[in-house]
Amino acid sequence: MNGFPLWILFIALAIGNFALRYSFIYLFGKVDVPDWLRDALKFVPASVLAALVFPALVYTEGVINISFENIHLLAGMGGALVAWRTKNVMWTIVVGMVLFWILQTL
Amino acid sequence: MKTNHQDFINGARDSLPILLGVVPFALICSVAAISVGLNPFEAVGMSFIVFAGASQLAVLQLIGEGAVWVVMLITAWVINLRFIMYSASLAPYLQDEPAKRTIPFVYILSDQAFGVSMSKFANKMPDNPAWYYYGSALAIWITWIISAIFGALLGNLVPESWGLAFAFPLSFMALMFASIKDRPTLIAALVGGITAIATKGLPYNLGLIISAFLGILAGVFAEKGGKK
Repeated sequence: MNGFPLWILFIALAIGNFALRYSFIYLFGKVDVPDWLRDALKFVPASVLAALVFPALVYTEGVINISFENIHLLAGMGGALVAWRTKNVMWTIVVGMVLFWILQTL
Repeated sequence: MKTNHQDFINGARDSLPILLGVVPFALICSVAAISVGLNPFEAVGMSFIVFAGASQLAVLQLIGEGAVWVVMLITAWVINLRFIMYSASLAPYLQDEPAKRTIPFVYILSDQAFGVSMSKFANKMPDNPAWYYYGSALAIWITWIISAIFGALLGNLVPESWGLAFAFPLSFMALMFASIKDRPTLIAALVGGITAIATKGLPYNLGLIISAFLGILAGVFAEKGGKK
């Protein structure tokens, strides 16, 4: 991974996480969460996660491929249905992977 | 002191049902780590040190794609921005606690511990809410670590031919649908997702970060527009 030591990456991630987790516990009584930040934070999970999901389904080998040939997209649609109904990570993975394996053998 | 311990135990006990969700998520993080080439020790080490599942999965996916580390850090940071809200919400309950206790227990703050504690505080306030939170946080963290170890052992048994990399977008998808609660969050997701498709070709996976911010911006504007 570009020669960057893995353990240093972990520690850097952990420091960032702790700073976020401790932020307003440390600042309590000194600073309130600004309104604009509170408004923006609400949209972080939906936006980031969609940015991770969409390209992974639409691209095959570096090109956009919206067709029945793209089994990631097809299996992903099945997974999306389960994700939407259950919001459950485990079931979404199980159904999506099984669909993917079935489509792969067709 | 007696009531502190009772609150601690209550916090841990009330967390039991939610552990059913913690176990598979920790397993997935370890299996995913092995699938992009980490060894079991590194996989468990990541869960132990970083302890933030969704961001771990995102970083692992980026490791698999050969992204640069700055993008990995920024992506993880953005995903974990929600901890700021948790921090602000928990702060009033931890004010009288010494730093030697708050620091370790804030280090292991999780979505689940936050959820369990805040829903308890809203219904019936414990005598000592800080200790209730400590019990919940510790129960979840211990479960996470034990599950991560099992996942690392399991991950070694899964052959690459299973195409397990596809489990990444699937796991993000479940988390994404859980975070879409209304029209503005739906718009944030659509803008973030579609921009990510359009910017996929940018170097260093920068498209991911740009898309995340545009999605957030779209959500904010959608909400403002809806109110007028």
